[in-house]
Amino acid sequence: MTTAGTVTGTPPAVWLGRINPVAQIVAILAITVTALATIDLLTPAVLVAAELALLPAAGLFQPRALLAKTWPLLLSAAGVAWVNLLFSASGGWDWTGSAALALRVIAVALPGVLFVASTDPVRVADALTVHWKVSTRFAYGALAAIRLAPLLVLEWQAIRLARRARGVDAGRNPIAAIRLFGGAAFALLVAAIRRGSRLALAMDARGFDATAGSTERTNARGSVLRSRDHLYVAGAVLLCATTTAASVATGLWHPVFSS
Amino acid sequence: MRVGAGPAAVDVVGFGFRYSGRPEWAVRDMDVRIEPGERILLTGASGSGKSTLLTAMAGLLGPDSGDARGAVRVDGRTAVQARDRIGILFQDPESQLVMSQAGDDVAFGLENRGVPAGEIWPRVRAALDAVGFGYPLDRSTHALSGGEKQRLVLAGAMVAEPGLLLLDEPTSQLDPDGAELVRAAVARILADRGTTLVLIDHEASPWLPLIDRVLEVQFGTTQAGVLELAPRWRPTVPVLPPRPSAQSRSNGTQGPLLPIGSTQGVLHSNGEDPLLRAAGAGYSYRADTAARPALALTDVELTAGQVTAITGPNGSGKSTLGLLLAGLKAPTVGRIVASPKLAGRLGDRPPHRWRARDLVHRIGTVFQNPEHQFLTGRVRDELSLGPLRAGAGDRAAHDRAEELLQRLGLHAYADANPFTLSGGQQRRLSVATSLATRPSVLVLDEPTFGQDPVTWAELVGLLAEARDAGTAVCLISHDARLVDGFADQELRLTSGVDHRQTAGFTGPGAAETPRSSDDQLGRNPTK
Amino acid sequence: MSTPSTPHRTEPVDLPGSGHQHQSELPAAQSGWRTVDIVVTAVIGVAFGVVFWAWNLLWSATGPAFVAFPPAQAFMYGIWLLPAVLAPMIVRKPGAGIFAETLAALVSTLFGSPFGPATLLYGLAQGAAAEFGFAIFRYRKFTWSSALLAGLFAGAIAALLDLVLYYPTWAGNWQLTYVSLVAASAMVIAGVGAVLLSRALVATGALSQFASGRAGT
Repeated sequence: MTTAGTVTGTPPAVWLGRINPVAQIVAILAITVTALATIDLLTPAVLVAAELALLPAAGLFQPRALLAKTWPLLLSAAGVAWVNLLFSASGGWDWTGSAALALRVIAVALPGVLFVASTDPVRVADALTVHWKVSTRFAYGALAAIRLAPLLVLEWQAIRLARRARGVDAGRNPIAAIRLFGGAAFALLVAAIRRGSRLALAMDARGFDATAGSTERTNARGSVLRSRDHLYVAGAVLLCATTTAASVATGLWHPVFSS
Repeated sequence: MRVGAGPAAVDVVGFGFRYSGRPEWAVRDMDVRIEPGERILLTGASGSGKSTLLTAMAGLLGPDSGDARGAVRVDGRTAVQARDRIGILFQDPESQLVMSQAGDDVAFGLENRGVPAGEIWPRVRAALDAVGFGYPLDRSTHALSGGEKQRLVLAGAMVAEPGLLLLDEPTSQLDPDGAELVRAAVARILADRGTTLVLIDHEASPWLPLIDRVLEVQFGTTQAGVLELAPRWRPTVPVLPPRPSAQSRSNGTQGPLLPIGSTQGVLHSNGEDPLLRAAGAGYSYRADTAARPALALTDVELTAGQVTAITGPNGSGKSTLGLLLAGLKAPTVGRIVASPKLAGRLGDRPPHRWRARDLVHRIGTVFQNPEHQFLTGRVRDELSLGPLRAGAGDRAAHDRAEELLQRLGLHAYADANPFTLSGGQQRRLSVATSLATRPSVLVLDEPTFGQDPVTWAELVGLLAEARDAGTAVCLISHDARLVDGFADQELRLTSGVDHRQTAGFTGPGAAETPRSSDDQLGRNPTK
Repeated sequence: MSTPSTPHRTEPVDLPGSGHQHQSELPAAQSGWRTVDIVVTAVIGVAFGVVFWAWNLLWSATGPAFVAFPPAQAFMYGIWLLPAVLAPMIVRKPGAGIFAETLAALVSTLFGSPFGPATLLYGLAQGAAAEFGFAIFRYRKFTWSSALLAGLFAGAIAALLDLVLYYPTWAGNWQLTYVSLVAASAMVIAGVGAVLLSRALVATGALSQFASGRAGT
């Protein structure tokens, strides 16, 4: 329920949410490239520190809320560290290398947590179509589908209960559990496609297909790039450049896939 | 960008339509003229093609939908060309809303038509005022009730100032309050006769004061076309099955045949113990314990051969109570107690902890959406699945399926995929799959929702048979005709209550305490 | 009253059988992606996003076991890649795989995916790789061969991304084993799965708006 509610609801008005989505995306790309280019401890450590500093700006104050959003991430980071300890090419127990890889996973993933927590999907679609000329047909078609996500979650719950009502449960048998899951997923897919077809008809009835022809779609909300958006991108790029420079200068920088 | 203004005329000339991949015509030989500003009710049996005709009037049947004959014109242009003059409202508001905020959703149609941003917001506000939508523009569309959502969709259609408004069963997915909201909004926007209206709705009566002409769409082997009905036309009301005397009671099913009290509307009148009861049962979502519970503490008793209706506004927890009684969810407070007769060897264990195969022949459940319940690819398999799961042999399960196929008139569809059946057939099938295991208790969530009068009568017939065979039937329903005419007792839930749903209740386990049932377990006044 | 109010009787009424006459004045929209193509592709992506989320819940107990030994996770990839293969099978438009897979990734990100924007990167790359399976046949064949190839390509790209992102320090033979494992399982699960799933969907009548749903009926 709570998960469903947060998907398409408007996030609270937080500072990071006032940064234009395209500016946020550019910053995320810069950080992702910087983090992925190297395997050292310094680079991801600096990036993660910067990202943590931005948490309050995304409205993520409470440790509990933060943990709820990041526990799968932390788990997978731990898993990455563990696996690289086991399978490392160097043979020995490379603690530093494993820690670096785990931090790298967090550095790449946290910006997404910040983005999702702070930014309304509608503003993202507006920004992408206004500034990057992404097709309005695909952007708003996708938006309409994303709006259905919480409904599909409710349908999923009903479908699962309905299986039991029909006398089918898995007990402790994992194979039966997977089959049951598959059957429920199929029922959900049918429901989703039906709903999608009806939604498409309703959208066309309101002129959505006109935008595929001669009519230029307008945008009632608009999307404006302000100086703070430019500053935000500049800050992110500067952070990436200095971090990489420091890493190179200290001799720690280690490009990925070079042995 | 306002193309024309004022009400539009509709001309249907020799129109026929056949959907792609279908051999048969969905409609043919349709001829009708609708004058500007007229308000038309379109009736017709299921499958008569009235919905197809309405979709064609909306200009939504393009060449890739199928083959067309003749023409449908709106103000002289083809309906497809005249789309910017037409607004349409479909059944399900959730499949029509696009944006997550109310204002954005109304603006959607104007954005698509290239209206300059500066003009959009004043028009959005005007449209929301016109339908009486009382929330700010940034109201989340998920936080609205069904009726409010449909009002919003109506605003989204009206914002483009259509000359022709088409309504395709706009209230069939709504509770009575929601339906009233929508009808009031439609009456409001049509008051100036600035828009022509064509309407389809199973629930025709409440619309009649608004309607100028009633047209019946006919489509059969001998005749097809549009028939003008008399000005004093009234929809036929389906007849409830009579309650049989003890001797004539159907023996077609072999559920636990129990004596039924001759006086209706009296709780377990002949001293019969309830098969299943909720004892101070309530439910709260774990995530928000501080918030209002999904279901306040509730007592209700389901007795063999009796029909219990659970009613109340949206959000009062009707469906939740149904899930608790059905053994599909565990109450977070209180208990669901099965009688020894119902539980049998399962003893004191609460229903939500029964294995599914033990549950299925004790308590049957029919969900709102039949498609959620389908598990197989064939109607026949669907009917034999329950008995098989409950431990019946192949032979017995097969016979039971055959019997139900005959009884439902679904024999021609025995090998069809359940998903391909019509809405009414699906509903009958989902009720039948639950009856297939002869459960002693049957819980149904809105069984008559959105059904046409024919299916309605068939469903009630099926339920009456189950009741007469001794099944305890529990209906969760908004359908006043069903509740008033068919239920023996009614439990009306109230929303937003912090107090218990039953007076005089002192705590779990004390349900035997005699209590006044007048305030909540109000008896059916018509009995 | 409306401006062009006089009914134009000059227009020819279509004769039975001649079908398409009055529809020749349709907007050009119909030639490319129809709205129903876009929305249904997107909804397939969203539905899979929800299924992935549910899957994560189901396996939250056993999930750590997978994390601890990722080669076992190869199996999981097949399921992750289903939308990339299934969507093109249904709507038969170039780009459907990228669109659906990216949205599935996006929705599972919104619900809280472990990998954040990396999931999106995966979605894009896997969708694009799957497209090759269909592009080879110029988007004319939507059968076993194209589906299996699409699954194979998508699996290979996913495994390669894994190596860059998570396991760059692995020994070469481990890396090779991993890529082959993931690609093979993706080919079987996503390729075969998509074909079976699309057939089952056709049988439900839910695809009546698509050419794929009308073939054979």
